[in-house]
Amino acid sequence: MIVRVESIHKSYRRGPQEIHVLRGINLGIEEGSFVALMGPSGSGKTTLLNLIAGLDRVDEGTLTVAGTDISRLGEIELAGWRAHHIGFIFQFYNLIPVLTALENVELPLLLRNLTRRERRERATLALDLVGLADRIKHYPGELSGGQQQRVAIARAIVTDPTLIVADEPTGDLDKKSAMEVLELLEQLNKELGKTIIMVTHDPRAAEKAGVIHHLDKGVLDIGRG
Amino acid sequence: MLELLILIFRNTFRQRLRTLLTVLGMAVAILAFCLLQTVVQAWYSGVSGASPNRLVSRNAVSLIMPLPVSYRQKIMQVPGVSQVTYANWFGGIYIDEKQFFPRMAVDSQSFFDLFPELIVSSDDLARFAKHRNACIAGRKIVEKYGWKIGDAITLTGNIYPGEWRFVLQGVYRGATRSVDETQFFFRWDYLDEMVKKTMPSEAGKVGWYIVQVANPAEAGAISHAIDSLFRNSWAETLTETEKAFQLGFVAMTEAILIAVRVVSYVVIGVILVILANTMAMTSRERMPEYATLKTLGFGNRFLTALIAGESVSIALLGGILGMSLSFPVAAVFSKELGTLLPIFHIELQTLAAGFAISIAIGLLSAVLPAWRAVRTRIAEALSHVG
Repeated sequence: MIVRVESIHKSYRRGPQEIHVLRGINLGIEEGSFVALMGPSGSGKTTLLNLIAGLDRVDEGTLTVAGTDISRLGEIELAGWRAHHIGFIFQFYNLIPVLTALENVELPLLLRNLTRRERRERATLALDLVGLADRIKHYPGELSGGQQQRVAIARAIVTDPTLIVADEPTGDLDKKSAMEVLELLEQLNKELGKTIIMVTHDPRAAEKAGVIHHLDKGVLDIGRG
Repeated sequence: MLELLILIFRNTFRQRLRTLLTVLGMAVAILAFCLLQTVVQAWYSGVSGASPNRLVSRNAVSLIMPLPVSYRQKIMQVPGVSQVTYANWFGGIYIDEKQFFPRMAVDSQSFFDLFPELIVSSDDLARFAKHRNACIAGRKIVEKYGWKIGDAITLTGNIYPGEWRFVLQGVYRGATRSVDETQFFFRWDYLDEMVKKTMPSEAGKVGWYIVQVANPAEAGAISHAIDSLFRNSWAETLTETEKAFQLGFVAMTEAILIAVRVVSYVVIGVILVILANTMAMTSRERMPEYATLKTLGFGNRFLTALIAGESVSIALLGGILGMSLSFPVAAVFSKELGTLLPIFHIELQTLAAGFAISIAIGLLSAVLPAWRAVRTRIAEALSHVG
């Protein structure tokens, strides 16, 4: 198991009210699988994804990713761990607008001990892999939504992470671009063996995943494998 | 590191209009600061130009009360005193009351020996010694009024009534930029000769003595010795260092100087608030980007450097622009102020202060945004995207 989630609980405080988002979730994810997390808004799927990716902390339970109990890591250790193990794809791409496509993809590599030339080579390769070799000098504002998301995918894979997490990666895209992005994710999973966890509302997107789990009111319904 | 600098540079010019307006605001603030500080320094120019081996003896009652010229020989006898000269404030009006420059009657034999910072040629000094109604003027006023050697200069006396006609026999220049080149000196014996005729009771009196001491470390003891000489006489003396004497003048206008200083720091305070507000707005808009960077593994130090770097860049751009503008503006001020503040130029220490303040404003303006960026949870910041 590359991800092992054991009895995790997570709640947030909104004013005087405490909202229990996740209630005793148990989940195992195999290495090389493509998992979709589905559920209505507020069901806790993004919260679960954030916890697995080390963006947030569990209140209770154990969360082991790639052999590390990340619930025990401090802030600085967790940041280093994320940089080495997780590739992120966001709904709204979250590219840095003042950096070119190449520089955006190069960004996570700045935390690695690489020369400028090595970084450039890897970033160019990643952009080539997502079909944007001819757009490396373009700024995000000069690219379509689909192209921006592909740059974000290149940024997510450039460090060769253990796990790719995608939060509604097609949520802001038209049908054609969404399909292109999903095919790209499928390709990364099948051809490069990348483990992908994707949160989505879209049943067609979920169909690309090999495993679909449903979350409702903080409780997980283990899906088909 | 290079990538961080590139990111800081591009972020700085991302909102061009906002950056431009903030840089201009900063430039105006630093320009105002430099000018106001220069006004204060100009006020203190006499103090900073004071020599440690010169003492000033004046009437203990008040500076406007004279001392007998006979005191000179007695002061000369005090151990440690190497030379003594004297001067009288003349006042007077040249053309009209707006044409102000200091006018003093001095001892032609000794005065310039005690003030080596006033550079006069030996020919000029020889003519000054030769002609009873001779005068020597500073380079700036000579240029201002277009005087030439041999020109007659007439002053209308107010302390010493009458029309006073002098002939320009020399021009002095300052040994350094901080020497006042707007003074006008004429011979005390000429003044005394005229006073004997018109105001006999005021004859044989000088305004103050300038005492040169061989060892500045003995200044206190020598001052005490001079004042002891004339204790219980009809004209007791008060002897102090030249610096203390000059500070006494400045102290009379201290309230104005404090006000000028306060205004200069208020200006800095205002621009600090403006830049802090700009940086707060900027960081609020970029919070999702900071969250993305944190997500990718960049730490709090990187975020702090990114925010502080942008803030310091804007502050320094404005600061450097303001400091650059201060030179031409100070030149215009200097021309307009003329002899009122004769030493009016931007000092290196003012520029250093302007530079340090610019960096401090940049850093202080980044404190709150950086703190917020560091404190905000990634998940929370990302939830506001879209």
